[in-house]
Amino acid sequence: MDQVQALRRSAHPLPIRIMHWIGATAIICMFLSGWAIYNASPSLPFTFPPGLTLGGWLAAGIAWHISMMWVLFADGLAYLAYGTISGHFWRDLRPSGPRALVRDLGDALRFRLPHRIGHYNAVQRLLYTGVILCICVAVLTGLSIWKPVQLGWLAGLFGGYPLARHIHLAMMFCIIAFLAVHLLLVAIYPRTLVSMVASTKAEVDR
Amino acid sequence: MIRRRRHVPPSVGPVEISPEVAKLSRRRLLRNGASLGSLALLTGCDLSTHSGIDAALWAMLGFNDHVQAALFNPQRLAETYPASAITRPFRFNAYYPIWEVRMVPENWRLAVTGLVADKSPWTVDRLRGLPQQAQITRHICIEGWSQIGQWSGVPLHLFLRRVGADLRARYVAFTCFDGYSTSIDMASALHPQTILALDFEQQPLSPEWGAPVRLRIPVKLGFKSAKNLESIAVTNTYPGGFWENQGYDWFSGV
Repeated sequence: MDQVQALRRSAHPLPIRIMHWIGATAIICMFLSGWAIYNASPSLPFTFPPGLTLGGWLAAGIAWHISMMWVLFADGLAYLAYGTISGHFWRDLRPSGPRALVRDLGDALRFRLPHRIGHYNAVQRLLYTGVILCICVAVLTGLSIWKPVQLGWLAGLFGGYPLARHIHLAMMFCIIAFLAVHLLLVAIYPRTLVSMVASTKAEVDR
Repeated sequence: MIRRRRHVPPSVGPVEISPEVAKLSRRRLLRNGASLGSLALLTGCDLSTHSGIDAALWAMLGFNDHVQAALFNPQRLAETYPASAITRPFRFNAYYPIWEVRMVPENWRLAVTGLVADKSPWTVDRLRGLPQQAQITRHICIEGWSQIGQWSGVPLHLFLRRVGADLRARYVAFTCFDGYSTSIDMASALHPQTILALDFEQQPLSPEWGAPVRLRIPVKLGFKSAKNLESIAVTNTYPGGFWENQGYDWFSGV
């Protein structure tokens, strides 16, 4: 559809590119500072290497976490607003039906899924929608464990403080899993990295 | 809630060099060493230096405290639980290990200082003569773990009114005979669930749980619930605290 339009439009409009990189930086900082906080009282039988954390100890980890939290929050709200109003979510990220997903997933696992810049196949739609939801849940559980009394209704939604804390950690692992696939695909298709930096026209069907 | 800019602690312990402080400084040195070796670009980002990044982090902590004060609803109660939900065994926590717990000094009295009308000291018996309130609430540690405990004692708002405290003052500060200290905002001090606890699990506090009287404030993180109190001060001068001076978020409301 809309091949003529696809010829003209940018693969990733400038606001998306800006918000992507601000969000990516914020989330990496949230990981690294979150690991410093986790290490103070690990709920799983391991800790993160202290050298890989931001802040190095609990108080500094928290200071980083609640500083970058505002960046992520502002960037995330701007992105959700832009994605909704511009039609980006509906056009590009709306999950395709199960049939398309099975077909694209099968192709992807055999490394036969064509990657066209500016177009979103069923696997990408699923992954991007999934990671956006995970980030939203991470933010909401984060607010729950930051303010379990003042935002008691929110913490209650996630089953109370201790469970909200575990879900918060689980979301981190989900986002890391997404990031691993995301970075692997960028390594396989380096021109996607270019298209997220410089203005690049969307590709047409080959 | 406006607060004076916090003093960034110098590398030498701010108080007399006690073994605990020396141990902390050593730990911090080790931590700094570890981050120097790894995230070299980000040294001076652990709140202990005078770097620009640390200054920005302290400023963000201050901004965050304003947001927390604005989010604080003086009427909203922390969730309470049935006796069956009490965590057993209850976890000991302090800035020192349990075998260093201090016994209550002889002739202990609770001093009341600062902006109060009546500065007469308090004995445990005199505190028990005031109305008591019991609660089973969740103690949430800044480290992330939490546990449910049972305390009872004198509501702090009642105590502050009884001693004729200036309730428009900004801070209520607590010092402890184990070397600990902390401070809270007046709004949180007047919260109906903030108590000067005398009992833990329906027994008079034993030393490890904060004998003879401790603060119990379920609308703050656990480190604000100071144990082994020796004095309470009402003041407009930012008092800081043992952990707050090292970088724990001052407001630390939950």
